[in-house]
Amino acid sequence: MILHPAALALLMIALLVSGMGIYAGYYGLRILGRWDPASGSEGQLELERRTYLISTIMSYILGFELMSLFLFIYTADDLHTLFTGAMCAVGSLAINSFGYPALLLKTINFILAGVWLILNYADNKGYDYPLIRVKYELLNLVVPLLVLESVLLIAYFAGVKPDIITSCCGSLFSHESSGFSSDLASLPHRPMQIAYFAGMALTAGAGLLFYLKGRAGYLFSTAAAVTFLIAIASIVSFIGPYFYELPTHHCPFCLLQKEYGYIGYFMYATLFGGAVAGIGVGVLMPFRGISSLAHIIPPLQRRLVLGTLVCYLLFTLIVIWKMIFSALKLG
Amino acid sequence: MKRTIERHLNILEFTLASLLRRRGKNLSLLAMYLLVIFMLASLQFFVSALKREAAVILADAPDMVVQRLMAGRQDLVPTEYATGIAGIRGVTAVRPRLWGYYYDALNGANYTIMADEQQAAGLPRAAIGAGVARARTLAVGDLLPLISYNKTPVMLEVGSIFPSSSDLIAADMVVISPAQFHTLFNFPEGQATDLAVTVRNPKELPTVAAKIATLFPDSRPILKSEIQRTYQSIFDWRGGMTLMVLSAALLSFIIFAWDKATGLSAEERKEIGILKSIGWETSDVLLLKFWEGTVISLTAFLLGVVLAYGHVFFLSAPLFAQALKGWSVIYPRFQLVPVVDAYQLAVLFFLTVVPYTTATVIPCWRAATTDPDAAMRY
Repeated sequence: MILHPAALALLMIALLVSGMGIYAGYYGLRILGRWDPASGSEGQLELERRTYLISTIMSYILGFELMSLFLFIYTADDLHTLFTGAMCAVGSLAINSFGYPALLLKTINFILAGVWLILNYADNKGYDYPLIRVKYELLNLVVPLLVLESVLLIAYFAGVKPDIITSCCGSLFSHESSGFSSDLASLPHRPMQIAYFAGMALTAGAGLLFYLKGRAGYLFSTAAAVTFLIAIASIVSFIGPYFYELPTHHCPFCLLQKEYGYIGYFMYATLFGGAVAGIGVGVLMPFRGISSLAHIIPPLQRRLVLGTLVCYLLFTLIVIWKMIFSALKLG
Repeated sequence: MKRTIERHLNILEFTLASLLRRRGKNLSLLAMYLLVIFMLASLQFFVSALKREAAVILADAPDMVVQRLMAGRQDLVPTEYATGIAGIRGVTAVRPRLWGYYYDALNGANYTIMADEQQAAGLPRAAIGAGVARARTLAVGDLLPLISYNKTPVMLEVGSIFPSSSDLIAADMVVISPAQFHTLFNFPEGQATDLAVTVRNPKELPTVAAKIATLFPDSRPILKSEIQRTYQSIFDWRGGMTLMVLSAALLSFIIFAWDKATGLSAEERKEIGILKSIGWETSDVLLLKFWEGTVISLTAFLLGVVLAYGHVFFLSAPLFAQALKGWSVIYPRFQLVPVVDAYQLAVLFFLTVVPYTTATVIPCWRAATTDPDAAMRY
């Protein structure tokens, strides 16, 4: 266990977020069980009021998740000095088997919370709360994940033991320094470049088709989600090396450092923003037919598509700019 | 887009006006909030500044120090060890070091005595730290009498005094020649306190350390990186401990904030009632409450951080120094170098603003969803 102030802050946020999540989930279950828009009873009125509270809580959770995601990576990076062989966050997250699952879950929770807020926005626009069931079913999926994330985070920080001087022999040979790998298994760059640009092109094509003609919504959403994954893999495979100008440096976290002008924050923000909006389009697709939302969902989806396209375009422009002007040329 | 921004700006304007109207209540909340942030920020700044000082000092430490253990205690190292270690491939230099502590019964202070080869070349004159000079009111040319372990006096002539800027390392230092060192401590010939080893390629350090441990099984090699790591975790731990102590204050502040937010005054209740009856929606009132929280949080955060900066870097943190610095008769005087980065501020933000916001979510919602008629009836 380490008593690092940032670790304490992260643990506190995780506990607060899962506490708020459980609270929201509890009322979500009650809403699922007793919701009856036709009734004018006091109970129904109370539940309708609760929906305001739950959406406020969810937007706070989304905000906290996003901020703590970056704080977590930065803290992992800051801790690397405590371990032999760890060069940056890659090494410190691999200290025990809870680091990477916690990070993964933080990312998933952020995306789910974002999708939830999109659903919530559409739902609030309809006068009869048409999406209330979907919304709270999704909430019931998010809450256990939030709790699991806290558990993983606590397990991670509890298992962190810095390599410090021991009284018998100063050095590391007590545990025969195997060192934590600072390399990530990265995919070969040429196929990844093809996959990345193909994914971006497909997303852009489907997005334009949807924006202009209102077709291929599912295709667009799937393409946006898959491209998001490809883009993450591409950062490790070739985008990172172009930035670091070092063919062997694949770290996805060093982009967030000062040496690279904190460009990583902008890149990840566009990538995550684009993915949330793109997935949101697909999630809204089945509800286009609902009468009270018929005039609400299509314009909302068009705005989301536009959002994804702009975000992904910015990301791709940065990538292309770096590929052209980087001192490194990958053959 | 423009309408959304205007809506937010209008609500913000209304928020500011209504905050000013209830000046007393909000100022007391702000003062508490400010105090909590000030304490936590001072702690955070102080610990990071100390960590930085330690890192700067340790940057010049030798790559590896080899000690010898005897029955689990540190013992003197025979100088033959140095020859053996120098034979290991990759080792560029091995320097036997002579140093120790001298207790001065006159003022109860401990001096760090170090022998320096260069000192032997010139006249047998000592170089002393500014702390020693202050404690014994010495100037260059004065005599510093010390009592050797044979109870015979050793007279040292002060050749130079280290500048105060090096106080953190050299305040209690007395540098003398090896011959004087041997006389003072009755130190056996052919022995050293420890060995400082320099290795050309830092990546080879663990291998060299392993070889030394095999060659001399009673030796204890310590790498610079291990010392650095130990210091980092000690400071983190100290900071974390103090944070745990302060968490009681944080918790009471959260309860205070919760209480303030729950206990709406009749006037506020009426205000919300009127707003809702003239057409404000629940979401508008929630937005109003959101801006209220943001204004208070940001004001407290900015003021608290600025005050903490002054407290730590101009006044040397009188509130925490005793708990975090440790103590000694000759204590170095030092001015901390300001180090503030976005990371510290983010941690601070998370530790204070996030719990405050969480504590006020439900009370704000309760206020926002009261029925207009119920609110105005009070």
